[in-house]
Amino acid sequence: MKPVIRLHSRTAVLGDENIDTDRIIPARFLTTTTRDGLGKLCFHDWRYQADGSDNPAFPLNRPEARGCSILVAGRNFGCGSSREHAPWALLDYGIRAVLCSEIADIFRGNALKNGLLAIVISEAEHRWLLDHPGIELAIDVREQFIALPDGGRIPFALEPFARHCLLHGVDQLGYLLQNETAIAHYEQREQAA
Amino acid sequence: MARTLFEKIWDAHVVAAETADTPAILYVDLHLVHEVTSPQAFSELRERGLTLRRPDRMLATLDHSTPTLPPNADGSRSYANAEAQAQVAQLESNCREFGVELHGWDSAERGIVHVIGPELGATQPGMTIVCGDSHTSTHGAFGALAFGIGTTEVGHVMATQCLLQRKPKTMAIHVDGQLPAGVGAKDLILHIIGSIGVDGGTGHVLEYRGAAIEALSMDERMTVCNMSIEAGARAGLIAPDETTFEWLQGRPRVPQGAAWDAAVAQWRALKSDDGARYDREVRIDAAAVKPTVTYGTHPGMAIAMDAPVPAATNAQERRALDYMQSRPGQPMQGTPVDVVFIGSCTNSRLSDLREVARVLHGRHVAAGVRMLVVPGSEAVRRDAEREGLHRVFLAAGAEWRVPGCSMCIAMNGDLAQPGQLVVSTSNRNFEGRQGKGARTVLASPATAAASAIAGRIADPREYATQEQAA
Repeated sequence: MKPVIRLHSRTAVLGDENIDTDRIIPARFLTTTTRDGLGKLCFHDWRYQADGSDNPAFPLNRPEARGCSILVAGRNFGCGSSREHAPWALLDYGIRAVLCSEIADIFRGNALKNGLLAIVISEAEHRWLLDHPGIELAIDVREQFIALPDGGRIPFALEPFARHCLLHGVDQLGYLLQNETAIAHYEQREQAA
Repeated sequence: MARTLFEKIWDAHVVAAETADTPAILYVDLHLVHEVTSPQAFSELRERGLTLRRPDRMLATLDHSTPTLPPNADGSRSYANAEAQAQVAQLESNCREFGVELHGWDSAERGIVHVIGPELGATQPGMTIVCGDSHTSTHGAFGALAFGIGTTEVGHVMATQCLLQRKPKTMAIHVDGQLPAGVGAKDLILHIIGSIGVDGGTGHVLEYRGAAIEALSMDERMTVCNMSIEAGARAGLIAPDETTFEWLQGRPRVPQGAAWDAAVAQWRALKSDDGARYDREVRIDAAAVKPTVTYGTHPGMAIAMDAPVPAATNAQERRALDYMQSRPGQPMQGTPVDVVFIGSCTNSRLSDLREVARVLHGRHVAAGVRMLVVPGSEAVRRDAEREGLHRVFLAAGAEWRVPGCSMCIAMNGDLAQPGQLVVSTSNRNFEGRQGKGARTVLASPATAAASAIAGRIADPREYATQEQAA
């Protein structure tokens, strides 16, 4: 994973609550055996019309949302299926951060492991961002705040290990493998019990 | 200090305790694998030159992308597309290469991953169980800490048998009293999710307890724990008891003889201590639960089928009601039905099929309604056919299929058409979950069967009464 330290972008808003991972990437596309190229399938059934053309009613299809890499989404984003294809699809589509007052557990863990900033903010700040699409934000992972255009700051909490891994591009599997001795001890204790 | 059931299982599996800077390293006893969420993890292992730490603690099956029609005359299978076929072939070759036990097409034990784990006795009280699948919570019915993980974590478990985890919070769901006659576990869990909300369990492990939970069979407990994730919870647990031990005894992978007695003695300690503290507690009155269905596009939008659909309070709910064509003020009961699906890891076990057969017996599916019955495993299929249940389904005009996830996730070609209303015994009513534009109403097996006969969402208690009268 490449380090993720700072991120600047205008925001795009998907205000619906409970956007589940089936909406992020429908199950019929899960027959893939790789992680790549899922961006074209992201939000597929919402984003395209029946004839394959862009659905003008899908908020991210609006000209002002194009190129935005920070998504402000309605509460409980990423609920439902554990498919990691959801963060893979979002990243390949160009989304680098999701800001929300509540993010579903499994999605949040999957996102952070792939360098997608799944960030929980307070309800009041979330409401304000939902009501102000297209504003320029700068996310600082090290200092754990989001800078607003007027100089204001939105602080956010981030699990310390996830933050460390983001800042240094740490591979969590590598970290686990370094703990081989402790794992072997556990297995010996378990066998003896 | 008094500990909850969750804390006892957690504590017993800590390889390295969590600190302010690092999560706990948690040991995994059983890793279940299927074709959809594993290929990228196997590829990563191969790229990094890693092997499986404990292939003996893995169990793989084919369920999501598999056709539910029997093989063609030439032995070929009707896959939805070449990619689905390639995905199945890849799990077969990955399991061969890495030495994982696979219940593939030729296995008499193949089935939905959350159905076969318990059937084989691989699922046992006190274990930690993971799978790249959110409905892993099902196994919590046995007093195991079981939860879904992403594919990156599937790779972690393959290589190290461990996961990095922060300790979740705990929530007790006390279900007092007794469920009314004709009301089942599916009605109860839909009622619970409707009460606490689709995100009511986020960050928590749920423990279901109380008289109404203790009275449930193992199949029913699995139905309840299965849908814990639909309230946003990581896992759902029920303390093991005599019902659990009786169900497990003699299954292929559980200890036998003196080792069985020793295991049961240990398992008896797996319950929350008196005075154990939960982060949150909720009380549910079992007597108030009625046949319950969903009316919107997430499982929290659930109500008694005879209750009026609530008016939308925001744009999101309006969109959900529009999509479902649900009418505020009107009950869901009586809504015309196009398709009925019996199956999924929520409700595809033998007792579910018996319930469906009891309602369908001597009756016929309404004209224009398509009904699919998909058993959860080859074992369920065998048992159902031995009892002649399949003949009841076929005589009623339903389709009797081979095991798999089928129309629950609709990635194998079993799906509903745009606009069709599906009464489904599965677990998710998300937009497009059962086919683009398909409208899903989640319900119990009995409600689904009654609705198939009526051609409209129907109260199964009316059918039970008729049958008894006749």
